[in-house]
Amino acid sequence: MDAFKEQEYNKSIDFGLWKGLLKYIKPYKKKLITLALAMIGVGAVDVAFPLMTKYAIDNFIETGRINGLWGFAGVFLGLVVFQAVNVYFFIDIAGAVELDLGYDIRKAGFKKLQELSFSYYDKTSVGWLMARMTSDIERLGATIAWSMVDLAWGLTMMIGGLIAMFYMNWKLTLITLSVVPFLAVISLYFQKRILAAYRVVRKTNSKITGAFNEGIMGAKTTKTLVREDENLKEFSVLTGKMYHSAVRAVVFSSIYLPIVTTMASIGTALALWSGGRGVVLGVVGFGTLSAFISYTAQFFHPVRDLARIFAEFQNAQASAERVMAMLNTQPDIKDSPLVIEKYGTEFAPKHSNWEEIEGDVSFQNVSFSYKDGEEVLENFSLKVGRGETIALVGETGSGKSTIVNLICRFYEPQEGRILIDGVDYRERSQLWLQSNIGYVLQDPHLFSGTISENIRYGRLEASDEEVIEAAKLVNAHEFIMKMDGGYNSDVGEGGNRLSTGEKQLISFARAILANPRILVLDEATSSIDTETEQMIQSAINRLLEGRTSFIIAHRLSTIRSADRILVIKDGRMIEQGSHNMLMRQKGYYYRLYTNQFKEERELSALNA
Amino acid sequence: MKGNRWGYLWKITKGNRILYGGAIVSMILSAVVSLLPPLVIGITIDSIIGNKPFNIHPRALDIIEMLGGKSLLAQNLWVCGLVLIILNIVNGYFQYTRGKWSAQASENIARNVRNELYDHLQNLPYEDLVKAETGDLIQRCTSDVETVRRFLAMQLVEIGRSLAMLVVSLIAMFSLSVKMAWVSISVVPLIFLFSFIFYGRIRKAFKGADEAEGRMSTVLQENLTGIRVVRAFGRQAYEAGKFDDSNAEYTQLWKHLNRLLALFWSSTDLLSMVQQSAVLIFGVYWAAMGELSLGILLTFLSYIDMLLWPVRQLGRILTDMGKTHVSLGRIREIIEKPLEDMNEEGLKPPMDRDIEFKNVYFEYDEGRPVLKDVSFKVKRGQTVAVLGATGTGKSSLVHLLQRLYDYQRGSITIGGVELKDINKRWLRERVGIVLQEPFLFSRSIKDNIALAKKDIGDDQIYKASRIAAVHDVISEFEDGYDTMVGERGVTLSGGQKQRVAIARTLILDSSILIFDDSLSAVDTETDNAIREALEQRSKGITTFIISHRITTISQADIILVMEDGKIAQWGTHRQLLSKEGLYRRIWSIQNSLEGELEKNLA
Repeated sequence: MDAFKEQEYNKSIDFGLWKGLLKYIKPYKKKLITLALAMIGVGAVDVAFPLMTKYAIDNFIETGRINGLWGFAGVFLGLVVFQAVNVYFFIDIAGAVELDLGYDIRKAGFKKLQELSFSYYDKTSVGWLMARMTSDIERLGATIAWSMVDLAWGLTMMIGGLIAMFYMNWKLTLITLSVVPFLAVISLYFQKRILAAYRVVRKTNSKITGAFNEGIMGAKTTKTLVREDENLKEFSVLTGKMYHSAVRAVVFSSIYLPIVTTMASIGTALALWSGGRGVVLGVVGFGTLSAFISYTAQFFHPVRDLARIFAEFQNAQASAERVMAMLNTQPDIKDSPLVIEKYGTEFAPKHSNWEEIEGDVSFQNVSFSYKDGEEVLENFSLKVGRGETIALVGETGSGKSTIVNLICRFYEPQEGRILIDGVDYRERSQLWLQSNIGYVLQDPHLFSGTISENIRYGRLEASDEEVIEAAKLVNAHEFIMKMDGGYNSDVGEGGNRLSTGEKQLISFARAILANPRILVLDEATSSIDTETEQMIQSAINRLLEGRTSFIIAHRLSTIRSADRILVIKDGRMIEQGSHNMLMRQKGYYYRLYTNQFKEERELSALNA
Repeated sequence: MKGNRWGYLWKITKGNRILYGGAIVSMILSAVVSLLPPLVIGITIDSIIGNKPFNIHPRALDIIEMLGGKSLLAQNLWVCGLVLIILNIVNGYFQYTRGKWSAQASENIARNVRNELYDHLQNLPYEDLVKAETGDLIQRCTSDVETVRRFLAMQLVEIGRSLAMLVVSLIAMFSLSVKMAWVSISVVPLIFLFSFIFYGRIRKAFKGADEAEGRMSTVLQENLTGIRVVRAFGRQAYEAGKFDDSNAEYTQLWKHLNRLLALFWSSTDLLSMVQQSAVLIFGVYWAAMGELSLGILLTFLSYIDMLLWPVRQLGRILTDMGKTHVSLGRIREIIEKPLEDMNEEGLKPPMDRDIEFKNVYFEYDEGRPVLKDVSFKVKRGQTVAVLGATGTGKSSLVHLLQRLYDYQRGSITIGGVELKDINKRWLRERVGIVLQEPFLFSRSIKDNIALAKKDIGDDQIYKASRIAAVHDVISEFEDGYDTMVGERGVTLSGGQKQRVAIARTLILDSSILIFDDSLSAVDTETDNAIREALEQRSKGITTFIISHRITTISQADIILVMEDGKIAQWGTHRQLLSKEGLYRRIWSIQNSLEGELEKNLA
């Protein structure tokens, strides 16, 4: 449900944070300056319009002569065109800055995510990361670009308006603008509250989405437990909350806007009163009066916008905080500078310096824990020769997966060493190791795209023939050819157009194409129909040929055919040896095996 | 689809139409009142500060006389200012009521629609729920409802406001000065047409950009969920390239859209400003010629401002209305799906009685029978085990008992009462079923267990979870029973989930209990422990167990062996052993096993 959750906010301004962002803003310095200039232009023209009107009143209407009216019209239309051009540019530039900035930060974020260790992924949900990479970064780009727009325009309007007004009549200016400080305070007060109110709305909205999600996914359960009415009651509480918070937010803005216009009208009234008296006394012209009336009506716009920027800033800062936290996370597992120098990075590997891998693996007194104090492996040693097939057997949580994760260097041992071909794997790059290890998961993960794209993931430069060859080796060719598009069939998001068994076969083909020296296989527990089962079994055998293999095994046939079986219990290897040896011992393995043997036999008799 | 989608919109506004009416009336009043301040300013400038004769309605003149007449007002201009402020406050008040009432109405409608959708979805027939596409449904329940809500809250009112503004300001303008009025609206149709047509293009660009966003987040999501695969193949650089492509495409499309918007706003700005210049220049010309007063010119300048904004919005809103139309259709598709008939009027007989299946025939799809001619009898309190290969109809058989599906022929009776005559709620409350892949809700473990029954004591929860052999597991969690399930909390293993689901069903105190292969992920020993505890507790409860474990099955009072939708054999363990058949074959594996193992080792 995390994906649907709105985040909390921090209040005070954090300058260090924004400094960190400067790096990303820098490339757009020129554009931001152009943007500011465009906005100053827009603001200046906005200030000029009432002055033009004043000029027209003073020079044509008051005098009753129209000499120069066409010239005036020309200048006015010139301003209009200039304004329109500026409007085009400011929207175009601000949008470009917003989007380019977002692009850069997302790119950096994605790169960082490729470097971060699995320990980070264990603590962080995909939903959380998605929210950072999408809405937070979007908000950040938008705030930076559009705040510049509002800021430059607002300041120009205010300063320009002030200058024009003071120039025309300073007393009248002071009188009419006496409402502005109140306007500013009220605006700040309301903008913050309105924003906070909408935040509640968004939060509630994400809860509603979550509730729909759960309601639909759990509908079958709900029906069997006859809980429909209860559910609806709970859901109505949520929608009721939504109603109240949404109405509250609207009421806030519905109070705020009239207050703003009323404040502005007080300014206008003051102008009319005081300026009108001036006109009656002959010290103020009609033109000036009309300009003042326009300015007072205009002035509340920038005040309102600036207040909004301040309020929004808080939101943007919260986004910035989370994005920067992600960007600044250091991976737990890092290649040393020396290693990087020789082997290159994940993104720029120096393949020419890479040693050929042989496939010897050994654990030397390895201890490991995911969290402090909870040892999963203790003083674990193991030596596996190239080409050997090792089956790992034991209950859930016994530490089988941990051993495999350590081999892949998804985690590193806290104590002891792991050697590949006799060399501590920390002396070589992660990419070197991982490029040489094939890892086939219990629940195969495919990417959107075609079948051939998914198989080719194992070796990007593989030819079509090689892809087909790989598919044939794992018995996938037949079902692929039965599909409408053959190898170009779309697998759907996450491969959801294929059955689990089919997905498994594709993932085997992918691994076989990569042709790794070391293979890790997490065998599926879920039962598939017998036919597919047999296909998968023979595919696995193909997969293992000639490689050092570690199998988290569930099927007896797989276990039996291993060169060596390791029985893991509570992070320790309690038995090891060949199947026959272990059976003769009549220990833990024997019990495990016989129990499972019975079940498998029963099942196969049943489905025969 | 029957009927009209806008008709559906009208239907869902039921109960909120008065509020809406209030909002619309407020809006019209606000539009009328907002025309007055420019008029007041104009009159004040012309005839109170200046010396032009009043060019207004006699009624309005009365008001001026009432306020003290021209000379007094000229001395006390603050009165005019005050009138201005008061008019603004009145207008503000109408704006407030408009905002509040339209929000109340639209939010209320949205709430009703959300509740109705939620309730409708969970009351669909079971087979629809099995086939449900969660992602699409959520989309309909959230974004589509939001589109409709926004239409009701803002666009509908905005359309009204624009029209009201147009009508009222046209009347006002034409009564003030006919030729100025013509000048003032000369470009307006063009602006409207332009924004209407141009916005159509923008919407297309919007759609494209939206889709690009979807593609980008798919790449991101698949990378994050498949991070193990990425690392295992050392594909970081490749992934970065792939993401960069979609990131660049997304950025490029949104930039294109932004450029269109820049063009849209700048060109409508240009047209609007040209309209304003026309008013100013013609107005100045006529004013200079003495054919128009300064005050009226200023009034027109204000009016044209008020008029242009809604006209530009109107084009946008009208093009956006298509979206609302589509959303309404998508929502209605859900609402119009027939609900499950709960047989509310049905009987409520005691359920702790004997059960009889007589020639039951059942199919999901026509012509593809799942159960054919199934007959058997179960005495109250007996345990029935169902054995059979995948796809022989075991699950369907027990699903019929909760009437999750309906059998087409034959009869099922409980205590002699036909199942179809029983009130479904009554039935389901008394027939507990544990599904093979249970769904746990993202709340605490305790709330998950207590799901089916409110006001239940902790001791009952503990008791149920002890029977389900999950109490110790839960107690070991840091937060015990308050541990959250799901992404925000612990991830339970398949076996743990099944056991929590069993505890959850036990809470119900059903007269009939069904385990639909719901111990499959639990190891054999725990399986035994659970069944023993159950037997202790559930004397008198009729129990159905689907399992592939022969030892589990062998202990039942009656064993049904299913083959191809039919009951191939039935009887007690002893009876079945004495007959040739599947049961005996499987059972014999058990005994031959020891010998075979020895042989294997030799």
